[in-house]
Amino acid sequence: MSTDKKSSNNTLAMTLLKGRTFIVLIVLLIFFSITADNFLSMNTALLIGKHVALYGILAIGMTYVIITGGIDLSVGAIVGLGGMIAGGLIQKGLTLEMFGVTLYFSVPMIVLITILLGAVIGAVNGLIITKFNVAPFIATLGMMYVARGLANIHSQGATYSDLKGYEALGNQGWSFFGSRVMGIPVGLIILVILAVIFAVLLKRTAFGWHVFSIGGNEKAAKLSGVKVNKVKILVYVISGICSAVVGIIASSQLAASHPATGESWEMNAIAAAVLGGTSMAGGVGTIGGTIVGAFVIGVINDGMVMCGVSEFWQMVIKGLVIVLAVIIDQFQRNLQAKMALQARNESK
Amino acid sequence: MASMCKEGVCFHAEGISKIYPGTKALDNVNFDLLTGKVNVLIGENGAGKSTLMKMIAGIEQPSEGKLYMGDEEVHFKDTTEARKHGIGIIHQELNLFPNLPVYQNIFMAREKKSGLKMDNKYHKEQSKRILEKLEHPIPVDTLVGDLRVGQQQMIEIARNLVEDDLKILIMDEPTSSLSEQEVQVLFKIMRELTAQGISIVYISHRLEEIMQIGDHVTILRDGKYVADADVKDIDIPWIVKQMTGEGKSYPKKERNINWDKQEKVLEVKHLTLPKSGGGYLLHDVDFDLKKGEILGIYGLMGAGRTEIFECIMGLRPEHTGEVYLNGEKMNIKSISEQIDKGFALVPEDRQREGLVQTMDIGRNCSLSAIKDYTKAGFVDFKKENEMVDSQIKDIHIKVADKRLPILSLSGGNQQKVVIGKGLLTHPKILLLDEPSRGIDIGAKTEVFDIINQYAEQGLSIIVISSELKEIISIADRVVVLSNGIKTGELMGNEIQEETLVLASYKGHHGH
Repeated sequence: MSTDKKSSNNTLAMTLLKGRTFIVLIVLLIFFSITADNFLSMNTALLIGKHVALYGILAIGMTYVIITGGIDLSVGAIVGLGGMIAGGLIQKGLTLEMFGVTLYFSVPMIVLITILLGAVIGAVNGLIITKFNVAPFIATLGMMYVARGLANIHSQGATYSDLKGYEALGNQGWSFFGSRVMGIPVGLIILVILAVIFAVLLKRTAFGWHVFSIGGNEKAAKLSGVKVNKVKILVYVISGICSAVVGIIASSQLAASHPATGESWEMNAIAAAVLGGTSMAGGVGTIGGTIVGAFVIGVINDGMVMCGVSEFWQMVIKGLVIVLAVIIDQFQRNLQAKMALQARNESK
Repeated sequence: MASMCKEGVCFHAEGISKIYPGTKALDNVNFDLLTGKVNVLIGENGAGKSTLMKMIAGIEQPSEGKLYMGDEEVHFKDTTEARKHGIGIIHQELNLFPNLPVYQNIFMAREKKSGLKMDNKYHKEQSKRILEKLEHPIPVDTLVGDLRVGQQQMIEIARNLVEDDLKILIMDEPTSSLSEQEVQVLFKIMRELTAQGISIVYISHRLEEIMQIGDHVTILRDGKYVADADVKDIDIPWIVKQMTGEGKSYPKKERNINWDKQEKVLEVKHLTLPKSGGGYLLHDVDFDLKKGEILGIYGLMGAGRTEIFECIMGLRPEHTGEVYLNGEKMNIKSISEQIDKGFALVPEDRQREGLVQTMDIGRNCSLSAIKDYTKAGFVDFKKENEMVDSQIKDIHIKVADKRLPILSLSGGNQQKVVIGKGLLTHPKILLLDEPSRGIDIGAKTEVFDIINQYAEQGLSIIVISSELKEIISIADRVVVLSNGIKTGELMGNEIQEETLVLASYKGHHGH
């Protein structure tokens, strides 16, 4: 009898552990609605959503990378570089010196070029990691410096401000990505669309299954016929694309591109993924979890600002929450292993 | 009081059992270790020799039973504690640090230091002294990774001799990678050690060696004690009889097929695989495979068995030679292409190469064949479900729910999932590398039933096995490898334990 009770206790504990990020989110919401005035309002919610959109999108790409057992430290720098390229194309156009002409692109074209740039940088990351067997941490650390450097070189460190475009050049409308549609921030809408697309890609396609298999056991995946290198490269391409999209939204929200935009955002993205239950060891993670994780960080950030907590204390608390999340993650893993063993012994 | 050590016995194990999930590795074993003697432990793969030694060395703890040293009962919770009692072990797989020099390897975790400062002069001098005593004056600053395997073995021994209190030294197949000359040096050292009163436990598969060096033999079979005797009272045939037992063997199946008339599905010619650093892993190996045939590949460790599979599956692009599939020469590029062409591989190491531990049972099963169940990239869950269910049923995998984690299954059922994964790709040729390793007898029989069932349906199968009885009962034909060379091809009644063993040593001449 006692084993029955024990196993049902385990099942309850498991359910609570699995939903822990969501529970934390609810607790935070309750906490801040008591401590901060006007916290529980539509306006606050939309403001948090606007902020969360930025690292939420980064965290989607990061989740893919981490599930394969990798890491992408270059995402923040790609945000900066993407914003600078887009801003430059709006303000200065593209000058082809050998023809003596300057080309100006329409906003959709600029968006396309920026995304393509993100994809190419991601592909380079993936190629360095797979073809030259460089550890993802190192390869993307290198790319982080390169991309950040290029962002500064592009404008000699200056900011492209007032990104409105010019009627004469037909490149107006950049502000759209930072605006609101029916009161909802466009960034938040993009986050939701991308989250749905990438959640479906991860759960329902063979590609998604291959991503999980590589993180779970790369050798077994290879021997099962999974094209490991191809999948890994694609994962970094996805992360690069997400970063470029964030570059676009960030520069539009600020109506300016600054080369330092996105500095240390990779850490927020990693934190969101980990809070959402993505395992740094690879093989485990969901897009839904990551989005909840991103909102936990967003609520902590904005909630503490509204409570008047100093920025320095915000950092301390954020750090503690992240480490605590991973400790609980270990609890879950141990419990899971215990339950698997129990199931095995019972079946005998 | 009866269970304490007898006269002349320095260590006594009483009623030791060890239960792993899925198998009972040791079953109520009693074992006496004679003082100052070479105590030999013999048994087939999986007989429980290494497991028993791990208990004595503190690497693992018995599920049941007691250990006595002298007159006191001992419990070792780890190797450090066993070492305190003077018990050292040299592993089958070397446990050295290839990135560190010889003297650091020898003194690892027993450093002499004054305050924080390490006395490296002492470490080097002592290392030099011990190695000279072992007749292997290896420069103590050499990186262990740069040494030959035989030399590394000496470093392992030297580590155990650093402290003077050594009472028991366990050697788990120390000669498997040594040259004949090195073996003789090792034997001389062993004699010196026993003369000092040190007791040695010696595990080996090489029966001639046992007769030469051993004093007392204990035989295990399927985790149980079988017999023990002084070496002077016994001979090799007696040992073989005790090891293999009588009566117990898998039934030899009868197939009335005229293999000469069967079409060849696979033909391998002049397969050669160079070894990094000179020599060959495979040298000019020829063989073929007929439709519906079960071809066995037998050989000792390092004979080149697994390498044949790796060449065929496209994992060894540096190989030379030709492979023909249905008479057509293949251009082997990658493993995913080979799977598309109709090959399926069940790798040797289930945990490291066969399973994705983070995925559930069903996903593991469909991983290789998932392309067949996708439309425009999207998985057809209904079809995937049906195929996995039918495969689970077909090969009798015992699962309560296929969405449970893969590790919730017993070893035997895990292995069946890996086999099912290969079968789901509808292969023409199935390659099985040690398919029965680490699973219990019942599951073994079931795995063989699956192999036979699919061969009857016309699937061509190659099975690598290092267990004689298995390969004899299952294979229609056996290719024997030794040192990368094909040294025998046996059919029908030629497939006997003696012929196989004989052929598997042939390639070692002129070593």
